[in-house]
Amino acid sequence: MDPAALRLSLWLATLTTALLLVVGVPIAQWLATSRFRLRFLVEAVVALPLVLPPTVLGFYLLVALSPRSPAGRLWEAALGRPFPFSFEGLLAASVLYSLPFAVQPFAAALAAVDPRLVEASHTLGVSRLATFFRVTVPLAWHGIVAGAVLAFAHTLGEFGVVLMVGGNVAGETRTLSIAIFDHVEALEYAAANATAAFLLAVSFAVLLVVYALQKRPLRWNAR
Amino acid sequence: MERTLTFDLERRFPDGPAVRARAAVPLDGGRVTVLFGPSGAGKTTVLRALAGLDRPQAGTIVFDGETWLDASARTFLPPQRRRVGLVFQDHALFPHLTVARNVGYGLGGTPRAEREARVRELAGRMRVGDLLGRRPGQLSGGERQRVALARALAPRPRLLLLDEPLSSLDAPTRDALRGELRELLEAAGVPAILVTHDRTEALALGDRMIVLAGGAVRQVGKVHEVFSAPADVEVARTVGTENVLPARIVAREGGLAAVDAGGLALTGVDPGGDIAEAYVCLRAEEIVIEEAPGHPTSALNRLSATVAARADEGPLARISLDCGGVLLVALVTRRSADALGLVPGRRVAAAVKAPAVRIVPRIPAPRETA
Repeated sequence: MDPAALRLSLWLATLTTALLLVVGVPIAQWLATSRFRLRFLVEAVVALPLVLPPTVLGFYLLVALSPRSPAGRLWEAALGRPFPFSFEGLLAASVLYSLPFAVQPFAAALAAVDPRLVEASHTLGVSRLATFFRVTVPLAWHGIVAGAVLAFAHTLGEFGVVLMVGGNVAGETRTLSIAIFDHVEALEYAAANATAAFLLAVSFAVLLVVYALQKRPLRWNAR
Repeated sequence: MERTLTFDLERRFPDGPAVRARAAVPLDGGRVTVLFGPSGAGKTTVLRALAGLDRPQAGTIVFDGETWLDASARTFLPPQRRRVGLVFQDHALFPHLTVARNVGYGLGGTPRAEREARVRELAGRMRVGDLLGRRPGQLSGGERQRVALARALAPRPRLLLLDEPLSSLDAPTRDALRGELRELLEAAGVPAILVTHDRTEALALGDRMIVLAGGAVRQVGKVHEVFSAPADVEVARTVGTENVLPARIVAREGGLAAVDAGGLALTGVDPGGDIAEAYVCLRAEEIVIEEAPGHPTSALNRLSATVAARADEGPLARISLDCGGVLLVALVTRRSADALGLVPGRRVAAAVKAPAVRIVPRIPAPRETA
């Protein structure tokens, strides 16, 4: 197995998951509680990566953030490097691509929190933000962990977006799934098998965790 | 000047009738105002607006000179700053926190030692002192209610709101807790507004009563007065036609209780407990009017009375009876009223079976205001 590719994949998945927690939890909370009439529109946009071919997402990201576009120039000014074929570009694409995998379990768990508990907290003088961390998050933690784990695993295994946006730069954008592709092209089946078996094992373990969490969310009411 | 909570609000819903309610509630510590009405009357809407959880489209709420809501001036005090304690119908305890941390939840700004002392003090007062380490899932219905009350009272609220606090409990527990709740509310010393659709609850817990029906306030007054003298037909239909008399239980024997209701001696089924103060309730349709010199009857209560007034309502006649200074209302058919010749001044006997004499014990209010 290519150690640089493994390191890169793990680092990318970790950062993507962390960013999704920061970005995804507020989006999920909004989706879970908003009574905005056009909420379905936001829901559809968030879910889009589930059905979109990764090449389509990658293609439009490349177009939108190319060094010649205004957004691309802004990106380069902020990060010092152009968007395509960079690790930062790959990270941004991964966050977008894994958004539904994180936001949907987050939103389902947050929506299941009894709104009266939140209201009780408000009448006890606790602010909205403090209530979110003292009541909502502790009661929705299993869904938040499930979403984070799914996003991590999904990023670890992504291929199309990486190839479109990141290309295949060793140590910069060559992730495990790209390495497998390289090995197969070079007819190195043993090396491909080692990496593929690793990803299979990780994915299975992740799903075991997710389903175990969904089946037995911590039951506070159990004796 | 007396401290008052006044509200005059209108809450419209996209799919349903609007709630328009206005009333003034005197704020005396330990006194309970019952917001009474059938389900759908708008009771919970009013309570949520008072707590600041719901924002009516129009109207004002003024608490002791402080404006909580003025829709036309876009003034809205959020729930966090109203210092109101709210006890939810199903208690809404935080399931992930122990009883101690539930009770101390609203004491965020207080130093730790002070907070712990306050939690212990309230837990003791609400008799949950030995449950502090448990989680809500391990508590009985009654314990949960006392914890909810302790949690609401811990941050020293200026007003306590209770939304059908007994309705989520099973009937035997409810009967047992009714008297206890009244005692706890009085001990808390905070003015309280309690929402209920249960007549017994209103009688046992309330001092004053606001009757809501069809999204509007119909009558405001002392509980037994509202029950005994409904302002109009709609209130009568809401609260039932009932004679409610303040009374004292003077003797208990063989499952029966003898009460003295303002000079009227009545026998009913002993409600249990050891509280002597009570309301006696007689439904108007359960009072039988008979010829004065009686024949043997199974009714334990036979009162001599004089017809004071008669009002015919369709096939029925509402007869006001003067029983030695105490007024009772009886509902009989017009046919029997005519057969007995019930006109003002006629001397008759009023018979009531003991099981129809409902005795609702209540701890007396600390002082009666006029």
